[in-house]
Amino acid sequence: MPAMDPVILFFVLGVVAGLARADLRLPGAIYEFVSTVLLLAIGLKGGVELARDTGGMPLTEFAVLVALGLALPLPVFAVARHVGRLSREDSASLAAHYGSVSVGTFAVVIGYLASRGIAYEARAPVWVVLLEVPAILVGILLARGLSGAVAWGRLAHELFLGRSIVLLVGGLAIGWVSGPDGTASIQPFFFGLFKGILALFLLEMGLIAASHVPTLRRHGIFIIAFGIVMPLAAAVVGATAGRLLGLSPGGMTVLATLAASASYIAAPAAIRTAVPEANPALSLTAALAVTFPFNIIVGIPLYERLATYLHG
Amino acid sequence: MEQFNRRLLTIVTEAVLERELLAEFDALGVRGYTITDARGRGGRGTRKSDWAQDGNIRVEIVCEPALAERVAALLRDRYYDHYAMILFMQDVGVLRPDKF
Repeated sequence: MPAMDPVILFFVLGVVAGLARADLRLPGAIYEFVSTVLLLAIGLKGGVELARDTGGMPLTEFAVLVALGLALPLPVFAVARHVGRLSREDSASLAAHYGSVSVGTFAVVIGYLASRGIAYEARAPVWVVLLEVPAILVGILLARGLSGAVAWGRLAHELFLGRSIVLLVGGLAIGWVSGPDGTASIQPFFFGLFKGILALFLLEMGLIAASHVPTLRRHGIFIIAFGIVMPLAAAVVGATAGRLLGLSPGGMTVLATLAASASYIAAPAAIRTAVPEANPALSLTAALAVTFPFNIIVGIPLYERLATYLHG
Repeated sequence: MEQFNRRLLTIVTEAVLERELLAEFDALGVRGYTITDARGRGGRGTRKSDWAQDGNIRVEIVCEPALAERVAALLRDRYYDHYAMILFMQDVGVLRPDKF
């Protein structure tokens, strides 16, 4: 087995430092900066590749991805409600978090594939954009029904013009318009420094994950089991969908990872304002302190094997 | 120096509410406010400002006492049950009453 990618070790460092209450704290502005660079870099990379390759995205792929985003929250809701015996609001919140995707996890999987020289579809960042929002809307519907209590207009504005979508789509557009040659001058910053920026991002994520461990203790074994079993099941669904769409093994790995990942930025913000009765610590802790570490340390190598196996 | 009485309303709450609160203030006719990032500890545990999801904000509004009461009543009715939020008021003196 190859040695663990150093960027993952930065995450471990963050967790250890956080748990030990070490004097280590990155200012909020640094987190904002680092995540902005990551999102733009992911978008740009996708855009540059798309400019190179003339094949667009098949319509069936578009439809399958949106359907996946709409469908993934439903089993999550059922398990949380009936196995976890959580309230309707908490179950819906978990459904939104686990149905939506984590761009941080996406950054790790593309770094993982790149370091192993495994190719994947250039349009993968578009999948992130397509998978982020539908599950959050379904989660809110599961909690609220079609009642008028939700300010849908403002919510749609918040979701579709959220930071991650604007930066990803913006990066994709700039990369696509400028192409490989046009972006040559900015490539050292966005592509050359990608792994270093990712390492800083993961250090901060480790600190944040560690700060959620006390909440984890309060919520007990269900949330840990949930945070591990859900991504495994979702990865099988994602990899299978990728197989049916005829993706490469690398693309199937990315899609499995996206399905397995849980949102910890877009979903918490939207759910907090649209479903205030839900306990925000519960979903965020599951997503951040259980599922994110599980996916980046254990999950991604596993999903790659699953993809290779299913691809045959 | 002549001073005029106004009320300083200070609200400490979740950063995620910022946009929604500003819309409420506009609707109530609040003319100005100051927002700072904040961190601290309270009934809902330690809240840090180094990450938007966990962050707090402190909103300060200087206005006529009657308006401060209306803002406080609305926040109590709509947000107290489900959000980390405290608010308190002080009487303050200002030099330019037309501003507040």
